Amino acid sequence: MNPISFITQMIRIAIPYLFAASGGVVAERSGIVSLTLEGFMLGGAFAAVVGAHYSGSPWIGVLSGMLGGLFFAAIHAVTTIRYRADQVVVGVAINLLAIGVTRFFLKLFFASSSNSPRVTGFGGNIKAGGFDNPLLWLGLLVAPAVAFVIYRTPFGLRVRAAGEHPEAAESVGVSVNRIRYLAVAISGILAGLGGVYLALDQHQFTDQMTAGRGFIAISAVIFGRWNPIRAALACLLFAAAETLQIQLQGNHAIPSQFIEMIPYLLVIVALAGVVGKAVPPAALGKVEN
Amino acid sequence: MTSGAASGNNAAPGQIQLVPAIRMTGIDKSFGATRANRGASLEVMPGEIHALVGENGAGKSTLMRTLGGLMKPDAGRVEVNGRDATGWSTSDAIAAGIGIVHQHFMLIPTLSVAENLVLGCEPRTRFFVLDRHRAADDVRKLSNETGLVIAPDRLVSDLSVGEAQRVEILKVLYRGAKILVLDEPTAVLSPPEVKELWVVLRRLRDSGATIVLITHRLDEVVDLSDTITVMRAGETVARIRTAETTPAEIARAMVGREVSLSAGKRVQPLSRPTTPQRDKGLEVRNLSVTNSRGIRAVDGVSFNIEPGEILGVAGVEGNGQTELVEALAGLRPVFSGDILIEGVDVTRRPVAARHDAGLSHIPEDRHRRGLILEYTVADNLILGVQKYFSKGGLLDSDRVMENALQEISAFDIRPANPVLAARALSGGNQQKVVVAREMGRTFSVLLASQPTRGVDVGAIEFIHQQLLDARSNGKAILLVSAELNEVLALSDRVAVMYRGKFATVMPASEASEEVLGEYMIGTKKGNAA
Amino acid sequence: MTASPIASSTKPTFAATPWRERAEEALIPPLVALLVALICGDLLILSYGQSPAVVYRLLLEGTWGNAYGFGQVLYKATTLAFTGLAVSFGLRAGLFNIGGESQLAAGGFAAALIGLVLPGGTPLAIALILCMIAAGCAGGIVGAVPAYLKTRFGAHEVIVTIMLNFIVLALLNWFIAGHMHVPETLHTPEIHAGVLPRLADIDSRFHGSAANLVLVVAVLVAAAVWFYLFRARGGYELRAVGLQPEAAEYGGISVGRVWMKALTFSGVIAGMGGINYVLGYKHYYEDGFASGAGFLGIAVALVGRNHPFGVLLAAFFFATLSQGGLAIHAFVPKQMMDVLQGVVIIAVATSVPEVRRALRSARRRSDA
Repeated sequence: MNPISFITQMIRIAIPYLFAASGGVVAERSGIVSLTLEGFMLGGAFAAVVGAHYSGSPWIGVLSGMLGGLFFAAIHAVTTIRYRADQVVVGVAINLLAIGVTRFFLKLFFASSSNSPRVTGFGGNIKAGGFDNPLLWLGLLVAPAVAFVIYRTPFGLRVRAAGEHPEAAESVGVSVNRIRYLAVAISGILAGLGGVYLALDQHQFTDQMTAGRGFIAISAVIFGRWNPIRAALACLLFAAAETLQIQLQGNHAIPSQFIEMIPYLLVIVALAGVVGKAVPPAALGKVEN
Repeated sequence: MTSGAASGNNAAPGQIQLVPAIRMTGIDKSFGATRANRGASLEVMPGEIHALVGENGAGKSTLMRTLGGLMKPDAGRVEVNGRDATGWSTSDAIAAGIGIVHQHFMLIPTLSVAENLVLGCEPRTRFFVLDRHRAADDVRKLSNETGLVIAPDRLVSDLSVGEAQRVEILKVLYRGAKILVLDEPTAVLSPPEVKELWVVLRRLRDSGATIVLITHRLDEVVDLSDTITVMRAGETVARIRTAETTPAEIARAMVGREVSLSAGKRVQPLSRPTTPQRDKGLEVRNLSVTNSRGIRAVDGVSFNIEPGEILGVAGVEGNGQTELVEALAGLRPVFSGDILIEGVDVTRRPVAARHDAGLSHIPEDRHRRGLILEYTVADNLILGVQKYFSKGGLLDSDRVMENALQEISAFDIRPANPVLAARALSGGNQQKVVVAREMGRTFSVLLASQPTRGVDVGAIEFIHQQLLDARSNGKAILLVSAELNEVLALSDRVAVMYRGKFATVMPASEASEEVLGEYMIGTKKGNAA
Repeated sequence: MTASPIASSTKPTFAATPWRERAEEALIPPLVALLVALICGDLLILSYGQSPAVVYRLLLEGTWGNAYGFGQVLYKATTLAFTGLAVSFGLRAGLFNIGGESQLAAGGFAAALIGLVLPGGTPLAIALILCMIAAGCAGGIVGAVPAYLKTRFGAHEVIVTIMLNFIVLALLNWFIAGHMHVPETLHTPEIHAGVLPRLADIDSRFHGSAANLVLVVAVLVAAAVWFYLFRARGGYELRAVGLQPEAAEYGGISVGRVWMKALTFSGVIAGMGGINYVLGYKHYYEDGFASGAGFLGIAVALVGRNHPFGVLLAAFFFATLSQGGLAIHAFVPKQMMDVLQGVVIIAVATSVPEVRRALRSARRRSDA
């Protein structure tokens, strides 16, 4: 196995996770459950292809992909923050809705139930190995950037306060709802970018193309104990396992299904606290009535 | 809703002696069916330490949360430094110089001291970056000025309670508070920490701050305050200058009911029942219990209650009574000591096993523990004894209904409708459901915690009679009540709980409000175990 | 009874909490959701240049208007009834089981295993019972894992059940793909025993539809759940834990034990649903047959307001949406129904707390 090709492939696999998990960290640290990342990613991927298709510019695709993620994030935010709907239920519904909406408009815009036509994307130079894709570089920067925002800015401080002890935040005049709206919006945009990367890397949208990546991302958030850097490392770990599986294909020593399970098993182990218990933000998912 | 108050917090210096720092009049506030404030008022002059006293649930905290902008009053008017501040927001209150140190700390345990301090008004370097050095410097500077020393980079979760409180006070001072409200600041402090706090508060007052101290510990009030406002059941009942009053007088205003059915008159027969009794009731040996914050709330309490005896536990609320009863009922783990019901050790047994051993329990909070509000009256009447109303795993609905009809008529529960949800009943009738259930079953030991709280006069009398009947039937009864009259009228012996210990245990015939009052407020320290 | 009777002038009455209040709280949210869904549906139909009236008529004709369509609705409703009952059973104890999909799949797999192991001539009743037990056990095991992790370690059941979905489905995929599939497919060989009659065998008008006798099993399970929840001591205790855990604890009920029971049996119910596909329809286990049914079970439980019979109705409603998509496909893509499912869930989830708050404050005002 060539270590260079291993690392480059691992990074390419990790980029969507890095985007989505970073978004997930922001939303969850503010106290909003992010079972929605899958839907945000799918919305971002589809909107990116629509934007790129009609404008011919991948950058317009990036922009509209961010808006696609934001659209679903807005639904999630308004229903759970303004109307205090159950975050898990709405989260599940957002994922179903994203599948439905992208399928419907795939049919409407591109008259297909499986995939969009080819659009201008990023990369494509075989020799560059995907590293000529500007989103890849952005993806590598997003986790440190989120870590900076969370730990070094007043906004990040308020996000952490809102997720741990919203009443205390309110008592010093911080509007918890406003912080949460912003946090969910950021998670929508970032997870949307994760979808954009997928779509523009493959130069098309295919039905359900995120294929559970949003759930891998939320696994990384939990396994990384809601810390953006540790979550990013978890993303790389999960991506490494996948790369291993791909590069070992043909070698049946470990069935691929068992490698697929790794992220999920690790999350359960982390939640059970066998090695250092993962403790979520204290106010995560709580709705006061 | 932002009123104009925030902008005008700089009252002209000449007026400051004339205008009260805080003036609240006719404040009403309800939560569902509970009226926490009914026409409450408060007037605090600038530069004084003002004590706001009253029992738990008297409405002190609600009044202060209204002042701080955390909730809006249903009616009434709030003025700060002469400006209308009714219904303002937390930011308005902070801007006007109000700083509230909450009873339950409003600190974020996963953040550092400095981060907690600056939250909401963070110093920034450039466009949006938190200036952590300045935050730390500000903490150190404020520490030096006030004597409240704390390292800025420590995590709040690592602090002791006393240190956490220092952070709370620093936090409001950091926001420029000129009016400090401290809600039960000593509830969690050790005596030396309390002394230290007094020094700080006096120093703050001398440097011009106005301080409102919410407490139910009268020794503190007398030590520290200039003026006292007493609240009871949501109303303001007295405003006195500390120099012109005595602890006993304050205590009477706090807990004394002018009107009570059986006040002072002993309604129970003085003779013990003649039927032969098992010789053991409830025995508690050297019991210690910690509260949810890990503080020792019950500290080495021992007592016996014989069959046919009522032991009344008086005391200002928050001195460990709740934890004592919960530990006896099996709802809170015991730290050390033993609990015996009819001689059987149940210290480590679960709730159900204690029921089987003969324990019955009227809990202090019927909405949280005593009732399942969505369940019908009939279903609530079998909670805890459901296994005796089932056959082969199925509830015997005929017997459940039969039992309900019987208890409804025996305890005069209204409306007399077994299939109504408990939520729909009045407080008095809800309590009758609990009492009916707990006293309608076979039991030998009864824990009755605040059995008549929030209950109308007729129901009080009825519940009292039930307790006395149970006593003559040979039950051992622990009666915990904040109503001194109730304890005096019903008990054979009276204990006073103060800071987790029984300050005294005496025969009810020797007890009086005056004597118990001194133990309750800690001016007289007992020798009872 | 030690209480001394007090002469009571009031005669007992048996009027329950005013039925209007309960009906309002139960019915308004689904109606609001339906309205929102209709509006969204209109917009989607119009975006496709079609007439909503025409499309809705087609939808009704294709689902309730003919025996085949109706049979398909019943078939789909059957599976959803199982997953919906599973979710609602957990929610009654205050727990959220999102693992319906993997529990359903595990149940189907176990039923197929037993159907394959049993010899061809096994009497149907015995084969059915053995397959159901196997399906229930498999689902129950999948449900017991999050239950154990919650009571023992406090691990949140929502995350654990989601993660288990992926793990169990990957495991089943490994079994099928690696060990026991018919070549060129991802399903097992046909079972030898336990094949259930379809509705079409009883009434030929249902010809071609997948509806089968498991429908009856679903109704029986709903009845059993209702009976347990509202007639058995265990149900009394389970609902108590779901409503007010602290009061339940006070009543001597072991909250942890109830959690254990609730999630395990939630898994059992979802697992039993696997026989609808395996015994009733295809007669083999196929990878991915459970896809989406677990998440829709949440929707079904939510719209059915966690009442077993409400769940049956809601399952029928969501099955109609899904079958209706096929009926209108010639005019508007069937994917429209995927959108509407999501819209209905979000609208119900949003309007339930909102309607309750609004009604309660309105009542308080009228009381005061």
